[in-house]
Amino acid sequence: MPDLSRWLNAHLWLVYVFLYAPILVLMGLSFNRAGMPTAWTGFSTAWYGKLIESPEITSAAFNTLIVASVSTVIATMLGTALALGVSRRRPSSALEALLFAPMIIPDIVLAIALLSFYTLLGFTLGLHSIILSHVVFNIAFVCAIVRTRLRHFDYSVVEASVDLGASEFTTFLRVTLPMIWPGVLAGALLAFTLSVDEFIIAYFTAGPGSSSTTLPMRIYAMIRFGVTPEINAMATIVMLFSFTLVLVSQRINKGTVTRS
Amino acid sequence: MSGPPVMALDSVTKRFGTVTAVDSVSLELKEGEFFALLGPSGCGKTTLLRILAGFEAPDTGRVMLDGAEITRLRANRRPVNLMFQSYALFPHMTVSGNIAYGLEMERLPRSEIDRRTAEIMDLAELTELAGRRPDQLSGGQRQRVALARALVKRPRVLLLDEPLAALDKKLREQMQIELKRLQHDLGLTFVVVTHDQEEALVMADRLALMEAGRVVQTGGPRDLYENPASRFVAGFIGVTNFFEGTTADGGLATEAHGLLRADATATPGKAATIAVRPERITLAAAATEGLNGARGLIAAVAYHGNDLNIHVAVPGTPRAVVARVDATSEIADRFQPGQTVCCTWRPEHGRLLTE
Repeated sequence: MPDLSRWLNAHLWLVYVFLYAPILVLMGLSFNRAGMPTAWTGFSTAWYGKLIESPEITSAAFNTLIVASVSTVIATMLGTALALGVSRRRPSSALEALLFAPMIIPDIVLAIALLSFYTLLGFTLGLHSIILSHVVFNIAFVCAIVRTRLRHFDYSVVEASVDLGASEFTTFLRVTLPMIWPGVLAGALLAFTLSVDEFIIAYFTAGPGSSSTTLPMRIYAMIRFGVTPEINAMATIVMLFSFTLVLVSQRINKGTVTRS
Repeated sequence: MSGPPVMALDSVTKRFGTVTAVDSVSLELKEGEFFALLGPSGCGKTTLLRILAGFEAPDTGRVMLDGAEITRLRANRRPVNLMFQSYALFPHMTVSGNIAYGLEMERLPRSEIDRRTAEIMDLAELTELAGRRPDQLSGGQRQRVALARALVKRPRVLLLDEPLAALDKKLREQMQIELKRLQHDLGLTFVVVTHDQEEALVMADRLALMEAGRVVQTGGPRDLYENPASRFVAGFIGVTNFFEGTTADGGLATEAHGLLRADATATPGKAATIAVRPERITLAAAATEGLNGARGLIAAVAYHGNDLNIHVAVPGTPRAVVARVDATSEIADRFQPGQTVCCTWRPEHGRLLTE
């Protein structure tokens, strides 16, 4: 039925327009010479220049990179270890639910919970508390992605390695890790992306002052005085950055599934 | 074959929860022999192999290697290697990478690793495939890589878990002979686990038949075939005809065929069976003096190339009695379904089994 497929095709494109038109408008406006979003007055990259010149924004971007990198490294190690441990256990739906919960609990709930927890412990707030909070939900994401790779993992290769004289540690480094590596890397990239644009949890668990302000928090602060082209420029950068990471992570995970 | 045992199990028992997978098994593996652990699935043969390899520690009993106890020695410290049923090749390494891995773990000099890897690849005809990855190999090639990877370590004992199960029938039969030749040429001790009795008979110098965690009989292939110790052994190895009855003076008293004579004597009045191999049964019009006879109706004639298997429905036996006839003999054409015949055999060819 060519008619139906034509309609479905049109529907597909409409959905894409609905999803991406606002973003494209935003990207376009970031190159608008005028400060107001009401009229197009010519192409300019001036707003990007202003972005770099602002110390508040560069320091926020720096904070975000620190939070994202450190939390990604920790979450990737813990999440991978968790996935390996869980996959060797007998399946249990309760355990399963507990593993997925951090991914689906509303951010605001997790944010409040973490803040109360830190306060209860008398934990000082700052970049480190944001990092810790991001590790919490990122473990769940890394674990989920690594587990999809472990689903068809043949544990007899691990035994074969031990049988051939390797220690458990050597076996992990030379056999297990290379085999699940694409999953680990994809998990890490996703964790990094999630951490870069996470706002609510960072906002709640950040310390006072601007020393632990991340980029999304800075944007939120700026937007209270109206959407400026600077914000559009920054959003464009963050968007392209995240999009690239997601694309790369998908590529990595797909590329090797077919190979093994 | 004699000499001190390379490896020995001394009343080894292993339980998983309430299941006793291996039940006080004692075995001795002799230097340079091809030993088969045979049994139906779930009989504990794979667990026994894993105990030999060092992946499972027995609950009680001892594992010995060259006279020293190694019961608690872990798999990576035992000079024993296992070829896995799934082959368990490392998918991210090449053929030569897979084979060299075990030598790298021994921290040998690179030149020796390269030399021994090349040597074994030559032996296993893998040299041209050295740079391939496992997913670019056929089933038979993978099997050779797995074998080479274990052999290159020069183990005291090579364990093989269902080594030929993944191959098709034709390749399997060819590999049975290949494996046997290889084992003989290298002078290594092989222990193969299999559920295929034919495979075990073809390859093994000695075999142990297992049932429910116990070794029920150990011996040479001919020994187990000709002198099965129990009904289970007789039924598992080869095709056997069973005649049921009660022990009586001189043999077995049956309802349908009267007294069937046997060489062995047993306490009279006990339920027992006489087991007779198909090739020992001669079909005749009637039982002649000195032979046992059981009359029946030919149910089917099955052609097997060299042989004809004549299935005879005999009263008192639950399954048809099978008699093997040389297909090239003159009498071969004489048997037709529906005919009445008498299955006859000499008393010494039947085995009276009370277990």
